[in-house]
Amino acid sequence: MKDEITREERVDNLKGMGCSRKRVEDARFTQGKGNYVDDVKLDGMLFGDFVRSPYAHARITNIDTAAALEVPGVLAVLTAADLEPLGLHWMPTLAGDKQMVLADGKVLFQGQEVAYVVAEDRYAAADGIEAVVVDYEELPVIVDPFKSLQSDVILRPDTVDENGKATDGAHGPRKHPNHIFTWEAGDKAPTEEVIANADVVAEEEMYYHRTHPCPLETCGCVASMDKVNGKLTLWGTFQAPHAIRTIVSLISGIEEHNIRVISPDIGGGFGNKVGAYPGYVCSVVASIVTGKPVKWIEDRMDNLMTTAFARDYWMKGKISATPEGKITGLHCHVTADHGGFDACADPTKFPAGFMNICTGSYDIPTAYLAVDGVYTNKAPGGVSYRCSFRVTEAVYFIERMIEVLAIKLNMDAAELRRINFIKKEQFPYTAALGWEYDSGDYHTAWDKALKAVDYGGLRAEQAQRVADFKAGKTRKLMGIGLSFFTEIVGAGPVKNCDILGLGMFDSCEIRIHPTGSAIARLGTISQGQGHATTFAQILASEIGLPADSITIEEGDTDTAPYGLGTYGSRSTPVAGAATAMAGRKIRAKAQMIAAYLLEVHDNDVEFDVDRFVVKGAPEKFKTMKEIAFAAYNQAIPGIEPGLEAVSYYDPPNMTYPFGAYICVMDIDVDTGVPDIRRFYALDDCGTRINPMIIEGQIHGGLTEALAVALGQEIAYDDMGNCKTGTLMDFFLPTAWEVPNYETDYTVTPSPHHPIGAKGVGESPHVGGVPCFSNAVQDAFRAFGNTHTNMPHDHWRIWKTANELGLHD
Amino acid sequence: MSNKMHIKLNVNGKAEEFLAEPRELLIYTLRERLNITGPHIGCETSHCGACTVTIDGKSVKSCTMFAAQADGKEITTIEGIGGPDDLHPLQEAFKEHHGLQCGYCTPGMITRATKLLEENPTPTEEEIRFGMAGNICRCTGYQNIVKSIQAAASEMNAAKEAAE
Repeated sequence: MKDEITREERVDNLKGMGCSRKRVEDARFTQGKGNYVDDVKLDGMLFGDFVRSPYAHARITNIDTAAALEVPGVLAVLTAADLEPLGLHWMPTLAGDKQMVLADGKVLFQGQEVAYVVAEDRYAAADGIEAVVVDYEELPVIVDPFKSLQSDVILRPDTVDENGKATDGAHGPRKHPNHIFTWEAGDKAPTEEVIANADVVAEEEMYYHRTHPCPLETCGCVASMDKVNGKLTLWGTFQAPHAIRTIVSLISGIEEHNIRVISPDIGGGFGNKVGAYPGYVCSVVASIVTGKPVKWIEDRMDNLMTTAFARDYWMKGKISATPEGKITGLHCHVTADHGGFDACADPTKFPAGFMNICTGSYDIPTAYLAVDGVYTNKAPGGVSYRCSFRVTEAVYFIERMIEVLAIKLNMDAAELRRINFIKKEQFPYTAALGWEYDSGDYHTAWDKALKAVDYGGLRAEQAQRVADFKAGKTRKLMGIGLSFFTEIVGAGPVKNCDILGLGMFDSCEIRIHPTGSAIARLGTISQGQGHATTFAQILASEIGLPADSITIEEGDTDTAPYGLGTYGSRSTPVAGAATAMAGRKIRAKAQMIAAYLLEVHDNDVEFDVDRFVVKGAPEKFKTMKEIAFAAYNQAIPGIEPGLEAVSYYDPPNMTYPFGAYICVMDIDVDTGVPDIRRFYALDDCGTRINPMIIEGQIHGGLTEALAVALGQEIAYDDMGNCKTGTLMDFFLPTAWEVPNYETDYTVTPSPHHPIGAKGVGESPHVGGVPCFSNAVQDAFRAFGNTHTNMPHDHWRIWKTANELGLHD
Repeated sequence: MSNKMHIKLNVNGKAEEFLAEPRELLIYTLRERLNITGPHIGCETSHCGACTVTIDGKSVKSCTMFAAQADGKEITTIEGIGGPDDLHPLQEAFKEHHGLQCGYCTPGMITRATKLLEENPTPTEEEIRFGMAGNICRCTGYQNIVKSIQAAASEMNAAKEAAE
C-alpha cells in the first residue's frame, strides 16, 4: 500500500500533543448552549434557600416557622430539629472536623445556615425566609485568632470535655478549646541553633489575608430522589463528583450504587467547588421529604460569605544566611484562622496542606515549620484558591523572606535567588521539609527571564527614577517585582494522600469504536480548563487516532471511572497520566492485532504515529483505524474481541512545575495607584500538551493573582460582620485594570510522569501573587520599606507612601 | 401577591406575552419563564455582566431590571445573535482566539461586544478594554477576549468593505 500523505501530515492530522488545538467546548459556550447546574430543569422542581444568621456568634433560643409555612408557595421549612432524627444536623468536614448543616442551638459565623425553606420558586422561597422568626442571644465575637487562643469563650463546646478542656482533635492534642491542631515539619532544634548562630538573620511577620475564589458561577445543586426506584440523582457544581457521591452515601445511608452524581458544565471553580456544603445536604433531604426535585443555587452574597474562603494565614519567618548570602536555615510559624468549623480541603494527613513546600526553589539545608489551626467566628472553608493545598501561602512566604533577606544583606534580590537555587544536578532533590522535587532547571529559567526583560537596564532605570523622585522631578516610583516559584501539584501518591480515606489516584477508561473513533471517560471534571480538548490530544498521540475522533466525557458517576476530581492542578499529572497509560494498553492490544493481520510476530511490528508498521518494511502497515475495525470483526486466536482499556493511576510522586516571573510597575505615590507596565511570565510545566490553553491558563491565573495582591479580600469588622459580601466591595479585576502579559517557557519534563507533564493551571496564581506584591514593596525599598501586608489596594499603597514620609 | 402585570416582549424576534408580578426580574423571565438560558446570573448587583442582553439597541444587565420595565421592548440574547448555521463573527473569533474558558461569562461578553462594535466598529485596545469593563471574566485575564474582539472587528469591517 502506498502512502498518500507524508509522515508529518499524518502527525498534524492527529492534532495530538504539542499543538494549539482549538477547543471543542467552545461551540456550545459561544452560542449560549452550555449546560450549567442552574440550567437543569425538572418537572415539578422546587427551590430551596436558607435563612442565614445575621450574627457572627449567638445562641439560638427559638425558631418559629409557622408563619413561613403559611406563605403561598412555601412547602416546607427544615431546621436542625428536623435533621437531627436523621443524624444529618451535623456533617463531617473534609478536614476531620464536623460542621453544622443547620444551626444546632448556636451560630458561629455571619451567614451561617439556620433554616432551609423549600418553595415552588425563588420568589416564594425568599418570602418564606422573611417569615421565619429566629430568636438570637448574642455571644462575644472573636475574629482574631491570637485573641481566640487567649479567650475564655469556648467557640465549639462540642469539642471540649465536661471540664471545658479541649479533647483531642483529628490531628492530635489541642492546646486550648479554640485551638484545632499543631502541625510540624522539619527539625526544630537544629533550625533554631543554626539561626541563633548565624551571621545574618532576617525576620518578618506577614499576614496573608483571607480571600475567596469567587468563580463567576456560584455553587449549587439539584437533588432528585426517585422514590419508586430508590435512586438519588444529584447535579451540582462539584469539582470532585465521585468523592461527593461517596460522602453523600456515607452521611445519608443511601447505598452508593443508588446515587448518581452529575457535574454538568461548571462556571469556574478555583477551589470553591471542592467542599461539601450544607446546601447539598438540605437539598437531598428536601427532595426525600417532598418527593420532588429541589434546586439550590447560592446568590453572590451567600457565596462570598459562607462557602470556601481561602488563605487567612498569619506567618512569622526567620531566615539565616552567611554574609555572602548563602541561606543556612529557615523557620516558619503560622497561625491559621480556620473560622467556626475546620472545613479545609486538604489531603487528610496534611492539615496545613503542602505548606511545607515553603523552602521554595532554594537549597536550604535546615528548616522547620509549625502551623497552629484556630477557631474564630468567621466562615469555614480554607480551600486552595487556584493552587495546590496552601502552596500559594508557602510561595508567598518564601518569596517575601528572600526579599527581606536581600534588604538585610543589601544585595540584589535576583542575585540572592540565583546563588541559592537548587542546582540542576541536585535533582531529584530532597528538601529539608521532606518533599522530593522530581526535576528542575532553575538557573536556565532565571537567566532567560532576566535577559528577556533586560533586568540590569530596569534596575538602572529604577535608580534614576529614585534620583528624579528625590529631586522633585516625578511623583511616580518604579517597582520591579521578582518571583521564582516551585509548585507541588498532582496529589497524589495514595501512600500519603487521601481525602476521607479515599486515595488520590485518578482514572481513565477508553472505548474504541469499530470505525476508529473513541470515547474516553475520566475521574476528573473540567471547570474551564478544556479537558475535552487536551485529554483527546494526549490520547491521539498515544493511540494514533485523531483527537477530533475522540470524545472526552467527565462528571457522571454512573459512567465515568472513579477519580478524586479536579483541583490542585491534579488533572494532567494524575488523570492525564491515567489517560496515557490506558492509551498504552490499547496500543499493546492493537500491536497484537496488527501483527496477526500482517502475519508477523508481535515483536516485528512497531508503532508509528497512526499505525503499526512491519519493522524494516514501512510499506507494510495497518492503520489504527483498520486495527480498530479488525478488533470487532475478526476472530483472532487468543485475543478477545473489542478494544477497550481502563487505567487507575497512582502517581509515584507529585510533580513540581516552576517558573520565573517579573513585574514592572509605576506607582503614583499621591494616589496609591499602581500601573503595571510589564509582566513577564516564564513557566516550566514539563511537556506542553496545548500551548494555546497553557497560555490562557497563565493569563487567567495571573489575573487572579493581580486581584489577590492588589485588592481582593474577605474582611470582617470586630462584630464579625463580613464587609465584602458583594462585588461592590470584593475586587474582581475588569479588562480595564488588567495588563497584557508576556509568556515564555522552558521545558523540563517530569521524569516519573508517563508523558512528562506537570500541570500548569495554578502556577500563574502561585507565582503571580508574590510577584505583584514584591513589585509594590520594591518600589518603596529605597525609602526604607521592608514589608507591608497585602492586599495592596490604592489606599494601603498611599498609606505606605505616607508612613514613609513621601507626602511630606 | 396577585397584582400581576400584563407584559409583552419581543425576544430574539419572537413575540412573548405573559402575566408577571411587578417584582419579577428580567433575567428570571428569560431563564425560567422563556427558557432562554444563555444569559447567566453571576452577581445580581449589575457588576459582573453575565446576564447582559440588548434591549432596544442598548446593552443592559437583565439581573437588575424588572420584566415590567422591559414591557413593549425588543430584546436580543446570545441565542438571537447566532446559531449553529449562522455564527456571528464574534462567536467565531472567541473560538478561534481562545477568548473563553469556563464559558459562563461568554454569552454576556459576546452580547456586549456586538453592541460595542456597533457603537465603534474600529475600537482601539483601550476602547475595547473600557467598553467591556462592565463584563467580568474570572478565567481568561481578558487578553484573548480583547484579541477576539479585535479579530471580529477586522473580519466584520472586511466583510462590510467587500459588500460595498
